[in-house]
Amino acid sequence: MSGCTRAVAGGSLSLCIAAALVAGPAVADVKVAFIDPLSGGAASTGILAQKTHQFYIDAINAAGGLNGEKLELLSYDNKVNPQESLIQLKRALDEGARYVVQGNGSGVALALTDAVQKHNERNPGKEVLFLNYAAVDPALTNEKCTFWHFRFDADADMKMAAMTDVIARDKKIQKVYLINQDYSFGKAVAAAAGKMLAEKRPDIKVVGDELHPLQKVNDFSPYVAKIKAAGADTVITGNWSNDMVLLIKAGKDAGLKVEWDTYYGGSPGAVTAIGEAGVDTLKQVSEWHRNATPELDASVAAFAKRFPGKENEYAYWRAKTMWEMFAAAAKKAQSNDPVKVARALEGMKMATPLGEVEMRADNHQILQPLYVSTLAKGVKYDSEDTGLGWKTDAKVDGKATALPTTCKMDRPK
Amino acid sequence: MLELVTVSLLNGVVYGLLLFMLSSGLTLIFSMMGVLNFAHASVFMVGAYLAYQFSRWVGFWPALAIAPLACGLAGAAIERFGLRRVHAHGHVAEILFTFGLAYVIEELVTMAWGRNAVSNNVPAAVDFPLFTVFGSTFPAYKGLMMAISVAMFAFLFVALKKTRIGLVIQAALTHPRMVSALGHDVPGVFVLVFAVGSALAGLAGVIGGFMLLTQPTLAHAIGPIVFVVVVVGGLGSLSGALIASMLIGILQTFAVAVDYSLLDALRAGGVVVARGSPWHELLGVKLATAAPIVPYLLLVLMLIVRPRGLLGTRDA
Repeated sequence: MSGCTRAVAGGSLSLCIAAALVAGPAVADVKVAFIDPLSGGAASTGILAQKTHQFYIDAINAAGGLNGEKLELLSYDNKVNPQESLIQLKRALDEGARYVVQGNGSGVALALTDAVQKHNERNPGKEVLFLNYAAVDPALTNEKCTFWHFRFDADADMKMAAMTDVIARDKKIQKVYLINQDYSFGKAVAAAAGKMLAEKRPDIKVVGDELHPLQKVNDFSPYVAKIKAAGADTVITGNWSNDMVLLIKAGKDAGLKVEWDTYYGGSPGAVTAIGEAGVDTLKQVSEWHRNATPELDASVAAFAKRFPGKENEYAYWRAKTMWEMFAAAAKKAQSNDPVKVARALEGMKMATPLGEVEMRADNHQILQPLYVSTLAKGVKYDSEDTGLGWKTDAKVDGKATALPTTCKMDRPK
Repeated sequence: MLELVTVSLLNGVVYGLLLFMLSSGLTLIFSMMGVLNFAHASVFMVGAYLAYQFSRWVGFWPALAIAPLACGLAGAAIERFGLRRVHAHGHVAEILFTFGLAYVIEELVTMAWGRNAVSNNVPAAVDFPLFTVFGSTFPAYKGLMMAISVAMFAFLFVALKKTRIGLVIQAALTHPRMVSALGHDVPGVFVLVFAVGSALAGLAGVIGGFMLLTQPTLAHAIGPIVFVVVVVGGLGSLSGALIASMLIGILQTFAVAVDYSLLDALRAGGVVVARGSPWHELLGVKLATAAPIVPYLLLVLMLIVRPRGLLGTRDA
């Protein structure tokens, strides 16, 4: 109703009443556009994220809304395609969205930051804010950073830093094989791994650096044969979705005995695919896992109750952090205006059940605790009804995950 | 080195036989009958889902029989009530019909089993290492897949070349009026061929379902490659399809193992491309990275050099 308040101040009360009559009482005041894949190969991730965002938005609304106004989630299917995303962004802007949420695919995120920046320059007073919950290309908070983009997931370099810290302590690791998807994110993972291993453990040999096509490989057996021939004892991979599951399945079939250091070993289906063979060998780095806290968080349990079933297994803790921080920022700004909320978010700190989180002011990258965990038997909360679940190896506090940034952003006056 | 070559050769043969298994039904439908069936991979996917479902209800071995039967019946129905009507309007109508059907099947599968991959695990009966080569185990289900693939080839070969019905099928493709005038039921032959082709796709789905991921995008994942196999092998040739499958499987597997680029080859030949040159990045792509385009490259080359494929009897 902020438009109406302004209209009343401007003296056009009748216009405001007419608008209210046309719009009806059910119309939300703050529109949030969720632009992510809702069809095609990556739809499963997109739809799970959609449910998670809806869940936390409902929680904000149930608690009285954002400064008294209701949030509404509008969903747009971008098929993980940057061009399609820009068309959907245009639609969202036409429908009055002031906040944009996206996560799947750094290529999409780069296109969106650029488009949002241009829109905001050309439409002062109608700025939109981009909340990124999963696109982890470091460029987004470095050379490509903008005032309008906030990232609530640790970037690829921060995750690699946590992972290589654990690797550095394990003297058994001697030969590492890198296998990643052939696009910006996969290359970023490979580059970070090579650089950080050389710094922390110069004695480790990188015996392979493989890039394979994104989501196109049906059979990873040839790659596994190569890993084996190279004599690797550890494989580092940023693979996600099918590429993660099929890689690990091929490794299991060939009896490959390596440690899997992954970003997305918790991808739906991965634990099921590797099964017992993954116990003590499959590791992941993430901001949360089911056994991160002694008891499941109340909201995780409530989510499972509202969305039962294996395909709805809770995965986006960072969405919880994001929406709670967002609501707190709006409260602090005493406004739902994106510019004011953005200013309030900068440098904001918040306590969570896992520890303190902070939104960096210099590059808009969240600092949150990171966990390196291993698949284990006999844990309290298992994954995908396999009886196997994640056990923490190491926890890195939010502050310690910070890395230097090259970001120089223009702030609105 | 010997280890990598042996294991790669084995992987190549496995992948080749997998490709043949996936495309055997299409060989019959497209190559023998001349129907451009874009829904073939979708029938394969349905086979995978049915096998998953029936495995849960009645166990793996019965499912191995039920899923292909169900797919065969579905195929017969598609031919009798759909394709037969559009067949008269030529290839374009067929393509549009089967193309639309592929989308309908995908949506139906999504409605029934959801968008996520179902946990279609390797059945316990074939989930053990068959033998070990250089420390790499070879799972039994891959052995089963190879056996089924070879059996499919033998069955099709005998059925087409050594039986009366095989002769009628081949004749019905080129001279339908004559065959019909001789008293054979040509529409009946088409229903039968389509049903058997779909049943083979269903059987491939049972095995392929747990080797790949059983999810609604499965049809998209294998759709293009089966056409490549049939076209490279040559229309109208069963042996051609087998040779093309093995060729693609082995070429692609070995390409993955090669870490050299064109740049290295040029360097060995004494040609040096400057680092700043626009060619440097393109030529620097390792063969391993480019491996998955090998089949499509082969397809394009084949169509340019020899449009009828390896052992084809007519042009594509």
